[in-house]
Amino acid sequence: MTTTTRRPHILVTGAAGALAQQVINRLRDHCDLVAVDFREQVYLGDDIPSYCIDFNKRVFEDLFRRYDFDGVIHLGRVMSSQLTRMRRYNANVLGSQKLLDLSHKYGIKRVVVLSTYHVYGAVAYNPALIDEEAPLKGAGLSADLIDSVELENLANIYLWRYPDLNITVLRPCNIVGPGVRNSISTLLASEHAPVLAGFSPMMQFIHINDMADAIVLAYQKNHKGIYNVAPEDWVAYQHALALCGCKRIPIPSIPPILPRLILRALRLRSFPSYLMDFFKYPVVIDGRSFAKAFNFTPQRPLKEIFRFYRENKKPI
Amino acid sequence: MSLRSYLKAKLVPAALEAQITRIRKPIGSLGYDPWGYNNEVMKIGFSLTRHLYEKYFRVVCDGVDQVPAEGPVLIVANHSGQLPLDGVLIGYALASRETDPRMPRAMIERFFPTVPYLGNLLNEMGAVLGDPTNCAKMLANNEAVIVFPEGIRGSGKLYRDRYQLKRFGNGFMHLAMKHKATIVPVGVVGCEESIPAIANIKPLAKALGIPYAPVALPVVFPAKVHLNFGAPMFFDDTEIPEELVTERVEQVKAAISELIDKGLSERKRLF
Repeated sequence: MTTTTRRPHILVTGAAGALAQQVINRLRDHCDLVAVDFREQVYLGDDIPSYCIDFNKRVFEDLFRRYDFDGVIHLGRVMSSQLTRMRRYNANVLGSQKLLDLSHKYGIKRVVVLSTYHVYGAVAYNPALIDEEAPLKGAGLSADLIDSVELENLANIYLWRYPDLNITVLRPCNIVGPGVRNSISTLLASEHAPVLAGFSPMMQFIHINDMADAIVLAYQKNHKGIYNVAPEDWVAYQHALALCGCKRIPIPSIPPILPRLILRALRLRSFPSYLMDFFKYPVVIDGRSFAKAFNFTPQRPLKEIFRFYRENKKPI
Repeated sequence: MSLRSYLKAKLVPAALEAQITRIRKPIGSLGYDPWGYNNEVMKIGFSLTRHLYEKYFRVVCDGVDQVPAEGPVLIVANHSGQLPLDGVLIGYALASRETDPRMPRAMIERFFPTVPYLGNLLNEMGAVLGDPTNCAKMLANNEAVIVFPEGIRGSGKLYRDRYQLKRFGNGFMHLAMKHKATIVPVGVVGCEESIPAIANIKPLAKALGIPYAPVALPVVFPAKVHLNFGAPMFFDDTEIPEELVTERVEQVKAAISELIDKGLSERKRLF
Protein backbone atom coordinates (compact mmCIF):
# COMPACT_ATOMS: atom_id res chain seq x y z
CA MET A 1 0.00 0.00 0.00
CA THR A 2 1.34 3.41 -0.86
CA THR A 3 0.57 6.56 1.06
CA THR A 4 0.85 9.98 -0.50
CA THR A 5 2.10 12.66 1.85
CA ARG A 6 0.55 16.07 1.38
CA ARG A 7 3.01 18.73 0.35
CA PRO A 8 3.07 21.64 2.81
CA HIS A 9 1.01 24.63 1.70
CA ILE A 10 2.81 27.88 2.47
CA LEU A 11 1.82 31.50 2.04
CA VAL A 12 4.80 33.75 1.29
CA THR A 13 4.25 37.49 1.61
CA GLY A 14 6.39 40.22 0.06
CA ALA A 15 6.72 38.17 -3.11
CA ALA A 16 7.91 41.09 -5.23
CA GLY A 17 11.05 41.39 -3.15
CA ALA A 18 14.32 39.67 -4.02
CA LEU A 19 14.49 37.92 -0.65
CA ALA A 20 11.03 36.37 -0.95
CA GLN A 21 11.87 35.13 -4.44
CA GLN A 22 15.02 33.45 -3.13
CA VAL A 23 12.97 31.79 -0.41
CA ILE A 24 10.36 30.69 -2.94
CA ASN A 25 13.03 29.15 -5.17
CA ARG A 26 14.35 27.14 -2.24
CA LEU A 27 10.92 25.81 -1.24
CA ARG A 28 9.07 25.36 -4.54
CA ASP A 29 10.31 21.82 -5.23
CA HIS A 30 8.78 20.30 -2.13
CA CYS A 31 6.09 22.77 -1.06
CA ASP A 32 2.95 24.23 -2.61
CA LEU A 33 3.45 27.96 -2.42
CA VAL A 34 1.16 30.94 -2.79
CA ALA A 35 2.84 34.32 -3.25
CA VAL A 36 1.33 37.62 -2.17
CA ASP A 37 2.52 41.18 -2.41
CA PHE A 38 0.67 44.40 -1.78
CA ARG A 39 2.83 46.35 -4.25
CA GLU A 40 2.58 44.38 -7.48
CA GLN A 41 1.67 41.02 -8.92
CA VAL A 42 4.75 39.08 -9.92
CA TYR A 43 4.93 36.08 -12.20
CA LEU A 44 6.76 33.27 -10.40
CA GLY A 45 5.97 30.38 -12.72
CA ASP A 46 2.81 28.45 -13.54
CA ASP A 47 3.03 26.37 -10.37
CA ILE A 48 2.87 29.32 -7.96
CA PRO A 49 -0.32 31.39 -7.74
CA SER A 50 0.68 35.02 -7.23
CA TYR A 51 -1.57 37.81 -5.99
CA CYS A 52 -1.41 41.52 -5.45
CA ILE A 53 -3.54 42.05 -2.35
CA ASP A 54 -3.60 44.49 0.54
CA PHE A 55 -3.70 42.42 3.75
CA ASN A 56 -6.24 44.81 5.17
CA LYS A 57 -8.80 44.02 2.44
CA ARG A 58 -11.42 41.35 3.03
CA VAL A 59 -10.53 39.37 -0.10
CA PHE A 60 -7.25 38.43 1.59
CA GLU A 61 -9.18 35.92 3.72
CA ASP A 62 -10.31 34.12 0.53
CA LEU A 63 -6.75 32.91 0.06
CA PHE A 64 -6.87 31.15 3.43
CA ARG A 65 -10.24 29.61 2.54
CA ARG A 66 -9.02 28.44 -0.84
CA TYR A 67 -5.53 27.10 -0.18
CA ASP A 68 -5.66 25.51 3.30
CA PHE A 69 -2.25 26.79 4.36
CA ASP A 70 0.00 24.97 6.81
CA GLY A 71 2.44 27.81 7.26
CA VAL A 72 3.09 31.49 6.60
CA ILE A 73 6.41 33.15 5.81
CA HIS A 74 5.78 36.83 6.35
CA LEU A 75 8.46 38.81 4.53
CA GLY A 76 6.15 41.53 3.20
CA ARG A 77 7.07 44.44 5.39
CA VAL A 78 7.61 47.97 4.19
CA MET A 79 11.20 48.89 4.91
CA SER A 80 12.00 51.72 7.31
CA SER A 81 13.15 53.95 4.45
CA GLN A 82 10.04 53.46 2.27
CA LEU A 83 6.72 55.25 1.97
CA THR A 84 5.28 57.40 4.75
CA ARG A 85 5.05 56.72 8.46
CA MET A 86 1.28 56.20 8.22
CA ARG A 87 1.46 53.81 5.27
CA ARG A 88 4.22 51.81 6.97
CA TYR A 89 2.08 51.56 10.09
CA ASN A 90 -0.95 50.39 8.12
CA ALA A 91 0.99 47.77 6.20
CA ASN A 92 3.43 46.56 8.85
CA VAL A 93 1.31 46.69 11.97
CA LEU A 94 -2.34 46.53 10.96
CA GLY A 95 -1.66 44.32 7.93
CA SER A 96 0.43 41.92 9.99
CA GLN A 97 -2.24 41.79 12.67
CA LYS A 98 -4.78 40.77 10.06
CA LEU A 99 -2.39 38.13 8.76
CA LEU A 100 -1.79 36.71 12.24
CA ASP A 101 -5.52 36.75 13.06
CA LEU A 102 -6.28 34.82 9.89
CA SER A 103 -3.41 32.44 10.60
CA HIS A 104 -4.95 31.66 13.97
CA LYS A 105 -8.46 31.37 12.56
CA TYR A 106 -7.39 28.90 9.87
CA GLY A 107 -5.21 26.74 12.10
CA ILE A 108 -1.82 27.57 10.67
CA LYS A 109 0.95 25.66 12.46
CA ARG A 110 4.05 27.63 11.56
CA VAL A 111 4.70 31.35 11.10
CA VAL A 112 8.02 33.04 10.33
CA VAL A 113 8.07 36.84 10.60
CA LEU A 114 10.86 38.99 9.20
CA SER A 115 11.75 41.90 11.46
CA THR A 116 14.85 44.12 11.43
CA TYR A 117 17.76 45.04 13.72
CA HIS A 118 16.48 48.64 13.53
CA VAL A 119 14.17 47.79 16.44
CA TYR A 120 17.14 47.98 18.84
CA GLY A 121 17.72 51.62 17.89
CA ALA A 122 21.06 53.31 17.30
CA VAL A 123 22.24 54.98 20.49
CA ALA A 124 25.72 55.96 21.61
CA TYR A 125 25.45 53.71 24.66
CA ASN A 126 24.65 50.50 22.79
CA PRO A 127 26.87 47.62 23.85
CA ALA A 128 28.18 45.41 21.06
CA LEU A 129 26.72 41.94 20.44
CA ILE A 130 23.19 42.86 21.46
CA ASP A 131 21.13 39.90 22.66
CA GLU A 132 17.53 39.20 21.75
CA GLU A 133 16.51 40.15 25.32
CA ALA A 134 17.81 43.71 24.96
CA PRO A 135 15.20 46.50 25.17
CA LEU A 136 13.89 47.79 21.84
CA LYS A 137 14.87 51.43 21.86
CA GLY A 138 14.03 52.10 18.20
CA ALA A 139 10.59 53.59 18.84
CA GLY A 140 11.93 55.95 21.50
CA LEU A 141 14.43 57.44 19.06
CA SER A 142 12.23 58.13 16.09
CA ALA A 143 8.51 57.97 15.45
CA ASP A 144 9.46 56.62 12.03
CA LEU A 145 10.59 53.33 13.58
CA ILE A 146 7.42 52.79 15.62
CA ASP A 147 5.95 50.44 13.01
CA SER A 148 9.00 48.16 13.19
CA VAL A 149 8.81 47.90 16.97
CA GLU A 150 5.03 47.55 16.97
CA LEU A 151 5.24 44.70 14.45
CA GLU A 152 7.51 42.90 16.90
CA ASN A 153 5.25 43.61 19.85
CA LEU A 154 2.36 42.20 17.90
CA ALA A 155 4.28 39.07 16.96
CA ASN A 156 5.27 38.68 20.63
CA ILE A 157 1.67 38.90 21.81
CA TYR A 158 0.58 36.28 19.30
CA LEU A 159 3.61 34.17 20.21
CA TRP A 160 2.42 33.62 23.77
CA ARG A 161 -1.33 33.97 23.24
CA TYR A 162 -1.50 31.44 20.39
CA PRO A 163 1.37 29.01 20.94
CA ASP A 164 -0.01 26.74 18.18
CA LEU A 165 1.02 29.33 15.59
CA ASN A 166 4.68 28.52 16.45
CA ILE A 167 5.86 32.01 15.57
CA THR A 168 9.54 32.65 14.91
CA VAL A 169 10.62 36.28 14.56
CA LEU A 170 13.90 36.91 12.76
CA ARG A 171 15.83 40.14 13.33
CA PRO A 172 18.48 40.22 10.61
CA CYS A 173 21.34 42.65 10.28
CA ASN A 174 21.76 44.55 6.97
CA ILE A 175 20.59 42.29 4.14
CA VAL A 176 22.62 42.96 1.01
CA GLY A 177 23.41 41.40 -2.34
CA PRO A 178 21.99 41.19 -5.87
CA GLY A 179 18.48 42.56 -6.21
CA VAL A 180 18.22 43.97 -2.69
CA ARG A 181 16.65 47.43 -2.75
CA ASN A 182 16.97 48.51 0.88
CA SER A 183 18.77 51.70 1.93
CA ILE A 184 22.14 50.15 2.78
CA SER A 185 22.26 48.14 -0.44
CA THR A 186 21.47 51.28 -2.43
CA LEU A 187 24.30 53.11 -0.69
CA LEU A 188 26.84 50.33 -1.29
CA ALA A 189 25.82 50.18 -4.94
CA SER A 190 26.08 53.92 -5.54
CA GLU A 191 29.07 55.87 -6.80
CA HIS A 192 28.90 58.34 -3.93
CA ALA A 193 27.57 57.73 -0.47
CA PRO A 194 27.05 60.15 2.42
CA VAL A 195 28.89 59.57 5.69
CA LEU A 196 28.72 61.51 8.93
CA ALA A 197 32.13 63.13 9.36
CA GLY A 198 34.09 61.39 12.10
CA PHE A 199 31.66 58.50 12.53
CA SER A 200 32.13 55.05 11.09
CA PRO A 201 30.07 52.62 13.15
CA MET A 202 30.62 48.88 13.08
CA MET A 203 28.11 47.13 10.86
CA GLN A 204 27.11 43.60 9.96
CA PHE A 205 26.02 42.42 6.55
CA ILE A 206 24.34 39.21 5.52
CA HIS A 207 24.14 38.08 1.91
CA ILE A 208 20.62 37.70 0.55
CA ASN A 209 21.29 34.02 -0.27
CA ASP A 210 22.40 33.35 3.30
CA MET A 211 19.35 35.18 4.63
CA ALA A 212 17.08 33.10 2.38
CA ASP A 213 18.78 29.96 3.75
CA ALA A 214 18.19 31.25 7.28
CA ILE A 215 14.47 31.83 6.61
CA VAL A 216 14.04 28.37 5.10
CA LEU A 217 15.87 26.81 8.06
CA ALA A 218 13.74 28.82 10.49
CA TYR A 219 10.60 27.53 8.77
CA GLN A 220 11.71 23.92 8.64
CA LYS A 221 13.11 23.61 12.17
CA ASN A 222 10.33 24.37 14.55
CA HIS A 223 11.96 26.54 17.25
CA LYS A 224 9.59 29.33 18.04
CA GLY A 225 10.93 32.54 19.54
CA ILE A 226 12.90 35.61 18.57
CA TYR A 227 16.31 35.39 16.98
CA ASN A 228 18.93 37.78 15.68
CA VAL A 229 20.42 36.70 12.36
CA ALA A 230 23.95 37.94 11.68
CA PRO A 231 27.27 36.43 10.68
CA GLU A 232 30.23 36.60 13.05
CA ASP A 233 32.02 39.20 11.00
CA TRP A 234 32.09 42.96 11.33
CA VAL A 235 33.28 45.97 9.39
CA ALA A 236 33.21 49.74 9.86
CA TYR A 237 30.69 51.53 7.62
CA GLN A 238 33.25 53.77 5.88
CA HIS A 239 35.58 50.82 5.32
CA ALA A 240 32.68 48.90 3.75
CA LEU A 241 32.00 51.82 1.40
CA ALA A 242 35.67 51.95 0.42
CA LEU A 243 35.67 48.21 -0.31
CA CYS A 244 32.59 48.69 -2.49
CA GLY A 245 34.34 51.42 -4.47
CA CYS A 246 32.09 54.22 -3.14
CA LYS A 247 33.37 57.74 -2.81
CA ARG A 248 32.49 59.04 0.63
CA ILE A 249 30.76 62.42 0.92
CA PRO A 250 31.19 63.67 4.49
CA ILE A 251 28.29 65.51 6.09
CA PRO A 252 29.16 67.74 9.09
CA SER A 253 28.20 65.77 12.16
CA ILE A 254 28.27 68.29 15.00
CA PRO A 255 26.14 69.77 16.41
CA PRO A 256 23.75 66.83 15.80
CA ILE A 257 20.98 69.11 14.56
CA LEU A 258 23.13 70.14 11.57
CA PRO A 259 23.31 66.77 9.76
CA ARG A 260 19.62 66.22 10.52
CA LEU A 261 18.71 69.49 8.82
CA ILE A 262 20.99 68.75 5.87
CA LEU A 263 19.53 65.28 5.40
CA ARG A 264 15.98 66.58 5.70
CA ALA A 265 16.76 69.13 2.99
CA LEU A 266 18.40 66.54 0.74
CA ARG A 267 15.54 64.01 1.19
CA LEU A 268 17.73 61.07 0.19
CA ARG A 269 15.71 57.89 0.14
CA SER A 270 18.76 55.80 0.97
CA PHE A 271 19.86 58.03 3.85
CA PRO A 272 16.74 59.44 5.54
CA SER A 273 17.32 61.76 8.47
CA TYR A 274 15.51 59.47 10.94
CA LEU A 275 17.91 56.61 10.12
CA MET A 276 20.93 58.91 10.50
CA ASP A 277 21.95 57.49 13.86
CA PHE A 278 22.43 54.04 12.31
CA PHE A 279 25.32 55.62 10.39
CA LYS A 280 26.66 57.21 13.57
CA TYR A 281 26.44 54.64 16.35
CA PRO A 282 26.93 50.90 16.08
CA VAL A 283 24.08 48.41 16.44
CA VAL A 284 26.00 45.13 16.49
CA ILE A 285 23.74 42.16 17.16
CA ASP A 286 24.65 38.71 18.45
CA GLY A 287 23.52 36.04 15.99
CA ARG A 288 25.00 33.09 17.87
CA SER A 289 21.73 31.96 19.40
CA PHE A 290 20.12 31.50 15.95
CA ALA A 291 23.27 29.88 14.55
CA LYS A 292 23.24 27.33 17.38
CA ALA A 293 19.50 26.61 17.47
CA PHE A 294 19.18 26.21 13.69
CA ASN A 295 22.69 24.99 12.90
CA PHE A 296 23.15 27.96 10.59
CA THR A 297 26.45 29.10 9.12
CA PRO A 298 26.51 31.91 6.55
CA GLN A 299 28.42 30.90 3.44
CA ARG A 300 29.22 34.22 1.74
CA PRO A 301 32.07 36.22 3.29
CA LEU A 302 32.07 40.02 3.45
CA LYS A 303 34.76 40.29 0.78
CA GLU A 304 32.54 38.45 -1.71
CA ILE A 305 29.59 40.70 -0.87
CA PHE A 306 31.63 43.87 -1.37
CA ARG A 307 33.24 42.54 -4.57
CA PHE A 308 29.77 42.21 -6.06
CA TYR A 309 29.01 45.87 -5.36
CA ARG A 310 32.43 47.01 -6.59
CA GLU A 311 32.16 45.12 -9.85
CA ASN A 312 28.59 46.19 -10.56
CA LYS A 313 28.98 49.92 -10.13
CA LYS A 314 28.14 50.61 -13.73
CA PRO A 315 25.47 48.19 -14.90
CA ILE A 316 25.32 47.59 -18.64
CA MET B 1 48.34 55.47 -0.80
CA SER B 2 45.86 56.03 2.00
CA LEU B 3 46.79 57.92 5.16
CA ARG B 4 46.56 54.71 7.12
CA SER B 5 49.01 52.77 4.93
CA TYR B 6 51.35 55.80 4.78
CA LEU B 7 51.45 56.07 8.58
CA LYS B 8 51.90 52.34 8.88
CA ALA B 9 54.83 52.32 6.44
CA LYS B 10 56.46 55.25 8.27
CA LEU B 11 55.82 54.21 11.84
CA VAL B 12 55.51 50.48 12.13
CA PRO B 13 58.72 48.47 11.91
CA ALA B 14 58.51 44.82 10.86
CA ALA B 15 59.43 43.51 14.33
CA LEU B 16 56.60 45.48 15.90
CA GLU B 17 54.15 44.28 13.29
CA ALA B 18 55.19 40.71 14.03
CA GLN B 19 54.80 41.37 17.77
CA ILE B 20 51.17 42.49 17.30
CA THR B 21 50.35 39.82 14.76
CA ARG B 22 51.42 37.09 17.19
CA ILE B 23 48.90 38.34 19.77
CA ARG B 24 45.85 36.34 18.76
CA LYS B 25 42.58 38.22 18.73
CA PRO B 26 39.08 36.97 17.89
CA ILE B 27 38.63 39.16 14.80
CA GLY B 28 36.60 38.81 11.61
CA SER B 29 37.75 38.45 8.01
CA LEU B 30 38.40 42.21 7.61
CA GLY B 31 40.42 42.60 10.81
CA TYR B 32 37.64 44.01 13.02
CA ASP B 33 36.03 42.65 16.15
CA PRO B 34 32.45 43.48 17.25
CA TRP B 35 33.66 46.44 19.33
CA GLY B 36 35.57 48.03 16.46
CA TYR B 37 39.09 46.89 17.35
CA ASN B 38 41.24 46.93 14.22
CA ASN B 39 44.59 45.21 13.99
CA GLU B 40 46.06 47.62 11.42
CA VAL B 41 45.15 50.79 13.36
CA MET B 42 46.41 49.10 16.52
CA LYS B 43 49.85 48.69 14.95
CA ILE B 44 50.08 52.46 14.32
CA GLY B 45 48.71 53.25 17.79
CA PHE B 46 51.12 50.80 19.40
CA SER B 47 54.04 52.36 17.59
CA LEU B 48 53.07 55.90 18.68
CA THR B 49 52.43 54.78 22.25
CA ARG B 50 55.92 53.28 22.42
CA HIS B 51 57.42 56.78 22.20
CA LEU B 52 55.00 58.04 24.81
CA TYR B 53 55.76 55.09 27.09
CA GLU B 54 59.52 54.87 26.70
CA LYS B 55 60.58 58.45 26.02
CA TYR B 56 57.95 60.83 27.33
CA PHE B 57 56.71 59.20 30.52
CA ARG B 58 59.77 56.90 30.88
CA VAL B 59 57.56 54.27 32.47
CA VAL B 60 59.01 51.93 35.08
CA CYS B 61 56.88 48.81 35.09
CA ASP B 62 57.05 46.10 37.72
CA GLY B 63 55.22 42.77 37.85
CA VAL B 64 53.51 42.81 34.45
CA ASP B 65 54.16 39.06 34.29
CA GLN B 66 51.60 38.67 37.09
CA VAL B 67 48.88 38.98 34.43
CA PRO B 68 47.93 35.41 33.37
CA ALA B 69 48.87 34.46 29.81
CA GLU B 70 45.31 33.42 28.95
CA GLY B 71 41.76 33.36 30.23
CA PRO B 72 39.52 36.20 31.37
CA VAL B 73 41.34 38.86 33.37
CA LEU B 74 40.23 42.14 34.91
CA ILE B 75 43.10 44.57 35.36
CA VAL B 76 41.88 46.96 38.04
CA ALA B 77 43.73 50.24 38.57
CA ASN B 78 43.46 53.67 40.14
CA HIS B 79 42.33 56.36 37.70
CA SER B 80 43.89 59.80 37.46
CA GLY B 81 45.11 62.61 35.25
CA GLN B 82 42.02 63.97 33.41
CA LEU B 83 42.87 62.03 30.22
CA PRO B 84 42.85 58.21 30.09
CA LEU B 85 46.63 58.03 29.73
CA ASP B 86 46.87 55.47 32.54
CA GLY B 87 44.81 53.01 30.50
CA VAL B 88 47.00 53.55 27.45
CA LEU B 89 50.20 52.94 29.44
CA ILE B 90 48.88 49.83 31.22
CA GLY B 91 47.71 48.47 27.85
CA TYR B 92 51.09 49.07 26.26
CA ALA B 93 52.93 47.46 29.20
CA LEU B 94 50.94 44.25 28.76
CA ALA B 95 51.03 44.23 24.96
CA SER B 96 54.79 44.76 24.87
CA ARG B 97 55.84 42.24 27.51
CA GLU B 98 58.41 39.68 26.37
CA THR B 99 56.53 36.50 27.17
CA ASP B 100 52.87 35.92 26.29
CA PRO B 101 51.92 39.50 25.40
CA ARG B 102 48.21 40.29 25.53
CA MET B 103 46.25 43.11 23.98
CA PRO B 104 43.99 44.27 26.79
CA ARG B 105 40.79 46.23 26.28
CA ALA B 106 40.09 49.42 28.19
CA MET B 107 36.59 50.42 29.25
CA ILE B 108 36.00 54.10 28.44
CA GLU B 109 33.52 56.77 29.45
CA ARG B 110 30.09 56.85 27.84
CA PHE B 111 30.87 60.32 26.56
CA PHE B 112 33.55 59.21 24.05
CA PRO B 113 31.37 57.46 21.45
CA THR B 114 29.60 60.77 20.82
CA VAL B 115 32.86 62.56 19.91
CA PRO B 116 33.59 62.51 16.15
CA TYR B 117 36.87 60.89 15.06
CA LEU B 118 38.11 60.30 18.63
CA GLY B 119 35.38 57.81 19.51
CA ASN B 120 36.10 55.66 16.45
CA LEU B 121 39.85 55.95 16.90
CA LEU B 122 39.66 54.78 20.51
CA ASN B 123 37.47 51.84 19.46
CA GLU B 124 39.90 50.86 16.73
CA MET B 125 42.69 50.84 19.28
CA GLY B 126 40.83 48.47 21.57
CA ALA B 127 38.89 50.82 23.85
CA VAL B 128 35.30 49.83 24.53
CA LEU B 129 32.28 51.67 25.87
CA GLY B 130 32.17 51.07 29.63
CA ASP B 131 29.01 49.00 29.67
CA PRO B 132 28.61 45.89 31.86
CA THR B 133 27.29 43.91 28.87
CA ASN B 134 30.41 44.77 26.88
CA CYS B 135 32.66 43.75 29.76
CA ALA B 136 30.77 40.49 30.30
CA LYS B 137 30.93 39.56 26.60
CA MET B 138 34.64 40.33 26.46
CA LEU B 139 35.39 38.24 29.52
CA ALA B 140 33.38 35.44 27.91
CA ASN B 141 35.75 35.90 24.92
CA ASN B 142 38.72 35.36 27.29
CA GLU B 143 39.91 38.94 26.94
CA ALA B 144 41.96 40.96 29.43
CA VAL B 145 39.98 44.07 30.34
CA ILE B 146 41.30 47.21 32.04
CA VAL B 147 38.77 48.76 34.41
CA PHE B 148 38.88 51.82 36.59
CA PRO B 149 36.21 51.31 39.24
CA GLU B 150 36.56 54.94 40.33
CA GLY B 151 35.31 56.05 36.89
CA ILE B 152 35.19 59.80 36.35
CA ARG B 153 35.42 60.30 40.12
CA GLY B 154 39.04 59.19 39.70
CA SER B 155 40.08 60.71 36.39
CA GLY B 156 38.49 64.08 37.19
CA LYS B 157 39.97 64.46 40.65
CA LEU B 158 41.89 67.60 41.51
CA TYR B 159 45.61 67.85 42.23
CA ARG B 160 45.03 68.36 45.94
CA ASP B 161 43.25 64.97 46.08
CA ARG B 162 46.04 63.09 44.28
CA TYR B 163 46.58 59.44 45.22
CA GLN B 164 43.42 59.38 47.34
CA LEU B 165 41.29 56.55 46.05
CA LYS B 166 37.68 57.53 45.45
CA ARG B 167 34.73 55.17 45.93
CA PHE B 168 34.99 51.94 43.92
CA GLY B 169 31.87 50.65 42.19
CA ASN B 170 30.99 46.98 42.80
CA GLY B 171 30.22 46.15 39.15
CA PHE B 172 33.68 44.82 38.30
CA MET B 173 33.58 42.36 41.21
CA HIS B 174 30.21 40.94 40.11
CA LEU B 175 31.58 40.46 36.60
CA ALA B 176 34.80 38.87 37.87
CA MET B 177 32.81 36.46 40.04
CA LYS B 178 30.31 35.58 37.33
CA HIS B 179 32.93 34.96 34.65
CA LYS B 180 35.58 33.49 36.97
CA ALA B 181 37.98 36.20 35.87
CA THR B 182 41.30 36.75 37.61
CA ILE B 183 41.70 40.24 39.08
CA VAL B 184 45.13 41.85 38.78
CA PRO B 185 45.42 45.07 40.81
CA VAL B 186 47.62 47.84 39.43
CA GLY B 187 48.92 50.95 41.18
CA VAL B 188 49.61 53.86 38.81
CA VAL B 189 51.90 56.62 40.06
CA GLY B 190 52.79 59.66 37.96
CA CYS B 191 49.66 60.26 35.88
CA GLU B 192 48.27 62.52 38.64
CA GLU B 193 51.11 64.95 37.87
CA SER B 194 50.73 64.79 34.07
CA ILE B 195 47.73 67.19 33.98
CA PRO B 196 47.35 68.77 37.42
CA ALA B 197 43.93 70.42 37.75
CA ILE B 198 43.13 72.96 40.43
CA ALA B 199 39.38 73.19 39.92
CA ASN B 200 36.46 71.72 38.01
CA ILE B 201 33.98 74.09 36.34
CA LYS B 202 30.85 71.98 36.72
CA PRO B 203 28.38 74.34 34.93
CA LEU B 204 30.69 74.45 31.88
CA ALA B 205 30.99 70.64 31.89
CA LYS B 206 27.20 70.37 32.06
CA ALA B 207 26.74 72.88 29.24
CA LEU B 208 29.22 71.05 27.02
CA GLY B 209 27.91 67.60 27.94
CA ILE B 210 31.31 66.40 29.12
CA PRO B 211 32.08 64.62 32.42
CA TYR B 212 34.20 67.47 33.86
CA ALA B 213 35.86 70.74 32.80
CA PRO B 214 39.20 70.97 34.61
CA VAL B 215 41.08 74.21 35.19
CA ALA B 216 44.56 73.13 34.13
CA LEU B 217 47.39 74.21 31.90
CA PRO B 218 46.89 72.94 28.33
CA VAL B 219 50.02 70.83 28.65
CA VAL B 220 50.65 67.20 29.47
CA PHE B 221 53.70 67.24 31.76
CA PRO B 222 56.29 64.49 31.27
CA ALA B 223 55.91 63.09 34.78
CA LYS B 224 57.76 59.83 35.34
CA VAL B 225 55.22 57.03 35.61
CA HIS B 226 55.51 53.92 37.80
CA LEU B 227 53.21 50.97 37.08
CA ASN B 228 53.12 48.29 39.76
CA PHE B 229 51.16 45.13 38.98
CA GLY B 230 50.11 43.17 42.07
CA ALA B 231 49.57 39.46 42.66
CA PRO B 232 46.50 38.00 40.92
CA MET B 233 43.37 37.74 43.09
CA PHE B 234 40.66 35.12 42.69
CA PHE B 235 37.09 35.32 43.98
CA ASP B 236 34.63 32.43 43.79
CA ASP B 237 31.16 32.82 42.30
CA THR B 238 29.08 31.85 45.32
CA GLU B 239 25.91 33.81 45.91
CA ILE B 240 26.78 36.36 48.58
CA PRO B 241 25.00 39.50 49.84
CA GLU B 242 26.08 42.88 48.50
CA GLU B 243 27.87 43.75 51.76
CA LEU B 244 30.27 40.87 51.24
CA VAL B 245 30.79 41.89 47.62
CA THR B 246 31.72 45.35 48.91
CA GLU B 247 34.19 43.71 51.31
CA ARG B 248 35.81 41.92 48.37
CA VAL B 249 35.97 45.22 46.49
CA GLU B 250 37.65 46.76 49.53
CA GLN B 251 40.28 43.99 49.42
CA VAL B 252 41.11 44.95 45.84
CA LYS B 253 41.10 48.62 46.75
CA ALA B 254 43.51 47.94 49.63
CA ALA B 255 45.81 46.01 47.29
CA ILE B 256 45.83 48.94 44.83
CA SER B 257 46.48 51.36 47.68
CA GLU B 258 49.52 49.32 48.73
CA LEU B 259 50.80 49.28 45.15
CA ILE B 260 50.38 53.07 44.93
CA ASP B 261 52.36 53.46 48.17
CA LYS B 262 55.05 51.19 46.74
CA GLY B 263 55.22 53.34 43.59
CA LEU B 264 55.36 56.56 45.61
CA SER B 265 58.21 55.21 47.77
CA GLU B 266 60.11 54.07 44.67
CA ARG B 267 59.71 57.43 42.97
CA LYS B 268 62.84 59.59 43.31
CA ARG B 269 61.45 62.74 41.69
CA LEU B 270 58.34 63.94 39.88
CA PHE B 271 59.89 64.27 36.40
